[in-house]
Amino acid sequence: MSPGARNKVAVLSFLLLVLLLVPILLPSAFHLRVAALVWISATAALGLALLMGLAGQVSLGHAGFVGIGAYATALGPKHLGLDPLASMALGTLAAGLLALLVGRPILRLKGHYLAVATLGLGILVHLVLVSEVAITGGPDGIQVPRLELFGRRLVGPELWYWITGIVLLLAAWVALNLEDSSTGRALRGLHDSEIAASVVGVDVARHKLVVFVIAAVYAALAGGLFALFNRFVTPDVAGFLRSIELVTMVVIGGMGSIAGAVVGAALLTVLPQALTLFHEYEHALLGLLIIIFMVFLRQGIVPGLAGFLARRRSA
Amino acid sequence: MAELVQLFFAGLTTGAVYALVALGFTLIFQASEVVNFAQGEFVMLGGMVTVFAMKAGLPLPAAALLAVLVAVATGVLLHRLAIEPAKGATVVTLIIVTIGASILIRGLAQIAFDKQFHALPAFTGDEPLRVLGAAILPQSLWVLGGAAAIVFGLWLFMERTLLGKAVRATAANRLAAELVGIDTRLVLALAFAVSAAIGAVGGILVTPITLTSYAVGTLLALKGFAAAMLGGIGNPVGAVAGGLLLGLLEAFAAGRISSTYKDGVAFIVILLVLFVLPRGLFGRRAVERV
Repeated sequence: MSPGARNKVAVLSFLLLVLLLVPILLPSAFHLRVAALVWISATAALGLALLMGLAGQVSLGHAGFVGIGAYATALGPKHLGLDPLASMALGTLAAGLLALLVGRPILRLKGHYLAVATLGLGILVHLVLVSEVAITGGPDGIQVPRLELFGRRLVGPELWYWITGIVLLLAAWVALNLEDSSTGRALRGLHDSEIAASVVGVDVARHKLVVFVIAAVYAALAGGLFALFNRFVTPDVAGFLRSIELVTMVVIGGMGSIAGAVVGAALLTVLPQALTLFHEYEHALLGLLIIIFMVFLRQGIVPGLAGFLARRRSA
Repeated sequence: MAELVQLFFAGLTTGAVYALVALGFTLIFQASEVVNFAQGEFVMLGGMVTVFAMKAGLPLPAAALLAVLVAVATGVLLHRLAIEPAKGATVVTLIIVTIGASILIRGLAQIAFDKQFHALPAFTGDEPLRVLGAAILPQSLWVLGGAAAIVFGLWLFMERTLLGKAVRATAANRLAAELVGIDTRLVLALAFAVSAAIGAVGGILVTPITLTSYAVGTLLALKGFAAAMLGGIGNPVGAVAGGLLLGLLEAFAAGRISSTYKDGVAFIVILLVLFVLPRGLFGRRAVERV
């Protein structure tokens, strides 16, 4: 097996193992709900991990795409009488199209200019969701209808645990294949040096656009799943802090690592749940923990751990 | 005409605050290449500490001084405890560190103060001045005068003092600055302290007009960042111009087009400008060396 294929099998079997073990070890409805939230966040973080880790492009507004997916799923049935699942598909498509449309001019930018442009994009989506009260329900949020499939209502934490878990597994499979494809190699190349990549014939602009659209589609998919699972969405899903949360998941887990995105998502979803015990100190502690993680585990949890294991083995 | 003058002064006043935040961004960025998203929290601290110190019985000047000192101490601690240890980390990691710091500062402010909105009394009365038919608050003049004084003072410091020259040398080339004996760590700490002071003064000046709460920092930081980028990052003149321009555009958009989307103006403008000029209005032409 090639190293790429070996890595693929390792990451997917790790995910599958976790997916099977969680319901055995933590069978309560609350834990399954939190786990489903982790799988949803991880799906969004995966897309961002491809954009940031593989291609080296930052997005500080990625929650905007999550918001598009979530609100499409909520608004389609309400205003157009569409099926929630079809609305979710349309929302994902819409997010992909938006990324395609704005991707080219935005991805021309570098470093902090790229950061501020993506930040602006996310904030504008959030602002529309807050302001168009007649359509979106404004800051109070909006109900999402129950999903029905073949005349059966899809309810219950256990069912949603498996739906979101399987979507994550598929998303990870696609991401791993992308990493190990010619597109993946082109992206790694332009990450290291855009000039060098273009000299050897990589269409830099097109490849960046492709990964940006994929990242947007992942985010919108996660947003749609969240809407269907939570059955209520507020504009917060598209807020600046959510965008930062997604970026932090990718970085805390380990920038270049697919497994890292999942670990980061788990940490940043479970941590706030645990921190609610500290009531009013919740936000202060979250900020403090983010700083500590970033200062002491700069390369991220998964690469940090892998490096530690490799050193032990060679010692 | 009266309405235009009114909007112009309103825009200039908010623009002056954005300019101060953008200037703070620029100072820290020049010295360290760090984009400090906690910049808005200094503005918040300036307003909130003054409010609560006055509630405790201090007169306004003393309360304001205390607020600036608290902000400066916060800035120095931020540099010492978060930025310095993360030295050498990637741009994104450093951005996350400063956002973590802003969440931390906001969380602490929420515990130390409260979640309410607070006002300060205007420094010299609330009687509006009549200019060409428009009513202008005297506090607006305080904001504009204060911002102008800060910009001028900073210029004097940078151009005329040895320490200011050390800051500029560090910004130009850190290694070379170290080679000629400049303590760049001190320069960085200084940049954080001065940025914090500038932000806090802005917060104190504008609170009588806009009110303050523990949460005002986030949006200010984002708009200040947009203003700094609009001018081309690392360029103090561009930062001030970008801030004033954003304030004016925001006021005219709110007055003439839609007040709902006022907060979006900054980001629409930055997107449009960057699509045409990828390095901001005053950014240098990009030359990539291979």
